[in-house]
Amino acid sequence: MTPTQTKTAPATAGAATSSTQNLLSVQAVDKVFAGDVVALKNLNLEVHENDFLSLLGPSGCGKSTALRLIANLIEPTRGSIRWGTKRQNGDLSVVFQEPTLMPWASVLDNVILPFRLSGANLSEVKDRAMEMLGLVGLEAFANAYPRELSGGMKMRASIARALVTHPRLMLMDEPFAALDEITRFKLNNDLLLLKEKIGCTVIFVTHSVFESVFLSNRIVIMAARPGRVIQELSVDAPHPREEEFRTSAEYAAHCRAASDALHEAMGGTHVSH
Amino acid sequence: MSAIDQSTNLQESTLDREELARIRNQRIAKIGKWALPLLVFIIVIGGWHWLVTAKEIPHYILPGPGLIAKTLWQDFPILVGSWMVTLTVTGLALTLAVVFGGGLAILFTQSKWIEMSFFPYAVVLQVTPIVAIAPLIFIYVDSKIAGLLICAWIVAFFPVLSNTTLGLNSADHNLRDLFQVYGATRWQKLRYLQLPAALPYFLGGLRIAGGLSLIGAVVAEFVAGSGGIGSGLAFRILESSYRLNMPRMFAALSLIVITGVAIYLILSYITWLLLRKWHDSAIKRD
Repeated sequence: MTPTQTKTAPATAGAATSSTQNLLSVQAVDKVFAGDVVALKNLNLEVHENDFLSLLGPSGCGKSTALRLIANLIEPTRGSIRWGTKRQNGDLSVVFQEPTLMPWASVLDNVILPFRLSGANLSEVKDRAMEMLGLVGLEAFANAYPRELSGGMKMRASIARALVTHPRLMLMDEPFAALDEITRFKLNNDLLLLKEKIGCTVIFVTHSVFESVFLSNRIVIMAARPGRVIQELSVDAPHPREEEFRTSAEYAAHCRAASDALHEAMGGTHVSH
Repeated sequence: MSAIDQSTNLQESTLDREELARIRNQRIAKIGKWALPLLVFIIVIGGWHWLVTAKEIPHYILPGPGLIAKTLWQDFPILVGSWMVTLTVTGLALTLAVVFGGGLAILFTQSKWIEMSFFPYAVVLQVTPIVAIAPLIFIYVDSKIAGLLICAWIVAFFPVLSNTTLGLNSADHNLRDLFQVYGATRWQKLRYLQLPAALPYFLGGLRIAGGLSLIGAVVAEFVAGSGGIGSGLAFRILESSYRLNMPRMFAALSLIVITGVAIYLILSYITWLLLRKWHDSAIKRD
């Protein structure tokens, strides 16, 4: 089997994805660190407009590396990453595992940062930042400092900052991994609503099967040593998904499929030659 | 806010004996923080006074605290001019330490090559004892004040330089990535990320530099020796020792101590003002 072989979704799948125009395509990308550590081997990925695409895999499978490549924080060793239409300033945002807020700035100043760095007139964009804080439920904390917020609220502020420019693509690197389960479920639900509202594409790195099934319409399953894609699943339940989806038979079936694929990725029963 | 509401509720309703004891301990600790050092001060001064009177120690060997206070009052017109000289040298040296130490640190983070080229020499300057270079400086520099200033600056600038360099390089790596994603310019990265991140480190260096610039100013003057115009407190101490005027020596010394403590308190207050809203070091926790 070639590393790129995927179980591609049928053309009718992904009812939520009305538009399937290509936002971004990752073509035959390798990433080699320090001369000989192969972090990613032959990564191919077509990201469509309005996708919620999860990269799911064990640690060391290169999913964070893939995200950093797409964010243009590192250069691929081979291959290329192309945007469908040229990337403009503010088209791309990143949410890290840590909230990554500036401790010396108020919540509002943190959210306004992308505008500050693009040289926008701050008095004009302040309303947009306040509106975004309202959407994540933090309007009362605009003047608070990050240390006054709980972990979940910090992450909300971080998401508000990522969405304030109405980006076309938001990259999320295990953003809820450090949160407790109750907070994580709430943030999962809110994230789907926010995505619908803003209308952006999301690439979401996670090692949680349940989280990826709940959120995504596409799940790309990766394996380690070397980091590579081994399978793609599609979750065709319509968006927006409510809390009830978590207990549906459909959800359980998708989790089962993703789990099996992940076992294969970990080298469980799968023979690759 | 909600935390305050909670604590008042706590006091009204669910306060038990243990919590009362805890609050009492906190109150005692708060008073002890200033009362204990004061008590030690009174005991030392009292003991000193007792020693001098009981053993009838002559005042040209060890003057009592009363005599020192009196001398400070009587000789103040003589001492105040020298005090101003020492204060001026200390203040200017500290200012120069901030400007050049901080400026050099910023330059270092902008270019690895500049840092590689010059950092070793900053270390050399730091490890060479100031009393060993001072005589040379006074040979090459005509103005005595300028000489004192150079000496005090050499002693004071290194903590500012090394702390600020460390601070500028310690900005959160995810935040650096974020700035890169948004295409921040070098200037934006410095202004909105590195400088705020370096502030606590810089202020730590500043507090050390404050004390050192005073020490530098005093030590340099001991080396410079001769009096005349522009003589600071160190010269008064030397002069008094030649004349066996011990009370005035102690009076000058106490002015130096007061200056050092005042510098520390002022810089601590500035630190608290700048960091109280966000930095852990300036935030009180229950």
